[in-house]
Amino acid sequence: MAGLRPGHPFPSCTASLLAFFPHLLLALLEGTVAAAVLALSALGLSLVFGVMRVVNVAHGEFFMLGAMLAWWVAKMVPGGPAMGFVAALIVAPLLVGALAFVTERLLLRRIKYDPEATIVATIGLMFVIQQLALSVFGADAKAVSAPFTYRIALPWFGFSGYKLFVVVASIFILLAVWWVLAKTKWGLVMRVTQFDRETATAFGIPVNQVYSAVFVAGAALVAVAAVLIVPIQQAHYLMGLDPLLMSFIVVIIGGLGSIKGSVIAAVIIGLADGVISMFFSPTLASIIATLAVALVLVFRPQGLFGVEPR
Amino acid sequence: MTARIVLLHGAMILALFVAQFVVSDYAVLTITRIMVLAIYATGYNILFGYAGLLSLGHAMFFATGLYAAALGVTRLGLAAPEALLFALVCGIVVSFIIGLIALRATGVAFMIVTLMFSQAAFLTILYFGDITRGDEGIVIKDDQRVFSLLGTPMNLADPVLRYNIALAFLAVAIVLCLIVVRSKIGHVLVAIRENENRTAMLGYDVKRYKLIAFVLSGSFAAFAGAAYALLFAYAGSTLASIQYSINPLLWTLLGGAATVLGPVLGTAMMFLLVDFASSFTSASLLFVGVVLILLVLFFPKGILGTIRQRWWRWLP
Repeated sequence: MAGLRPGHPFPSCTASLLAFFPHLLLALLEGTVAAAVLALSALGLSLVFGVMRVVNVAHGEFFMLGAMLAWWVAKMVPGGPAMGFVAALIVAPLLVGALAFVTERLLLRRIKYDPEATIVATIGLMFVIQQLALSVFGADAKAVSAPFTYRIALPWFGFSGYKLFVVVASIFILLAVWWVLAKTKWGLVMRVTQFDRETATAFGIPVNQVYSAVFVAGAALVAVAAVLIVPIQQAHYLMGLDPLLMSFIVVIIGGLGSIKGSVIAAVIIGLADGVISMFFSPTLASIIATLAVALVLVFRPQGLFGVEPR
Repeated sequence: MTARIVLLHGAMILALFVAQFVVSDYAVLTITRIMVLAIYATGYNILFGYAGLLSLGHAMFFATGLYAAALGVTRLGLAAPEALLFALVCGIVVSFIIGLIALRATGVAFMIVTLMFSQAAFLTILYFGDITRGDEGIVIKDDQRVFSLLGTPMNLADPVLRYNIALAFLAVAIVLCLIVVRSKIGHVLVAIRENENRTAMLGYDVKRYKLIAFVLSGSFAAFAGAAYALLFAYAGSTLASIQYSINPLLWTLLGGAATVLGPVLGTAMMFLLVDFASSFTSASLLFVGVVLILLVLFFPKGILGTIRQRWWRWLP
């Protein structure tokens, strides 16, 4: 005990805390990025389920297509990564939205949005898109440069400024979607359709067009998410499965159809994922996230913020 | 049971028995594989076709049997028949526990939850890579596939023995399925599929019947997985992937959900189709996707379902 100085009763403990702090900070930063990515990729799925009550299993493939298109546009557009990024932000949602439009017209409408048939059909679509992407783009992973490479210098490590940009952009998009849903006439029409389809039809709301618009919007949103995220990851034809499953986890924990719930669940799961991935392993983080779903189901089957189906 | 039902199913099993003397060695191997996977599909059909519960996670039960049998033989030193029993018990336990949790969700949530549990199982298999050997998989050595049954030595590497074992298992599976769907349980399951609230109102314990269907179906899957591991001497993580959860759904839909022979027919047809497709394209999954979409759009009742609707009303 002779070595102890007054005021620092546990020097070794303080030292290890100081060494631990940067790790924790990095884990939390990465977790925040993961949460933003999750919220953004789950948003489209949540929106589509909320209004149309169908699950689009091809959601992850729309994400993959967005990422692939970002890579393709970046290759085609001259003027550096920034130009390519801006061009991709326009092209990817347009093309993916167009595909979603065709899907909605030719597939979902014909099976009358039956939940079970929709799942089976979109599983089929998932395989078709995946294999076509493999044939067109090949099996190798494709890196896309970030539009800018600014690094934020922290005392312990540098952190990619682009990652923080993704967080800010996600918050912006989430707020924008919330604003459209809560404050505009469009949002009102969507919420009415969600609340009661028959009554909406009786009041002259073109339900079919609303469904079409929502499905296209969901796909366009996930394409935007992919363009934002692809500089952090890489584009690969099998990359769609992870965002799909993570979106499912977020959407179930948050409550199917509740966008607020999805966002809160994304923050919880994202941060936990960041910390567990950093200190243990990413696989363990995924397993734990899935088990969290089991717990939520046992104690609150409708999800944290879901409402009982009417 | 009416005579023509016995006749039809008997004829089918007899035809499969005769086939081994007629077809090529390669076809014998393929049909063996089809028969084992058809057991998987038959079990899937009890849950999906009759009880109307669409699971997207049956690969976890298939994998339970697969790894229980493979690890039982290679690590625990069990003989093949013991490993099969061990795997079946594991399958019953796992599907009971998962069923208790997953059946709390209904409709779309049930489908998503089963999908995710299956993915968690898949990740767990990869996570414990030093035991399961991950992608590379466990290979069962030839001397571990030799056992004696009632004093007779048996070697599972023998293709003819393998074929007949698979056929016997499939026959048992079909008969069991027939018994279940024609029993009170089967009728209650169909009632639940058609109208769950009304069935509950009539005083049936809906949750219990759903759990029975879930465990039956999961046990069939685990048994098929164990048979697969033992007969083909291999257990790898690809057999636990989402693809293997979608497969029985595809086979059942193609052959005809809620028909006893539908899944068997569907499995065989899909093998033929994929075989045919792979002669001109490497993207056989593309084919799977197209078939799924076409089935949903134009042929939702499947082959035997359509036959039953048009001509053979008596088909179970």
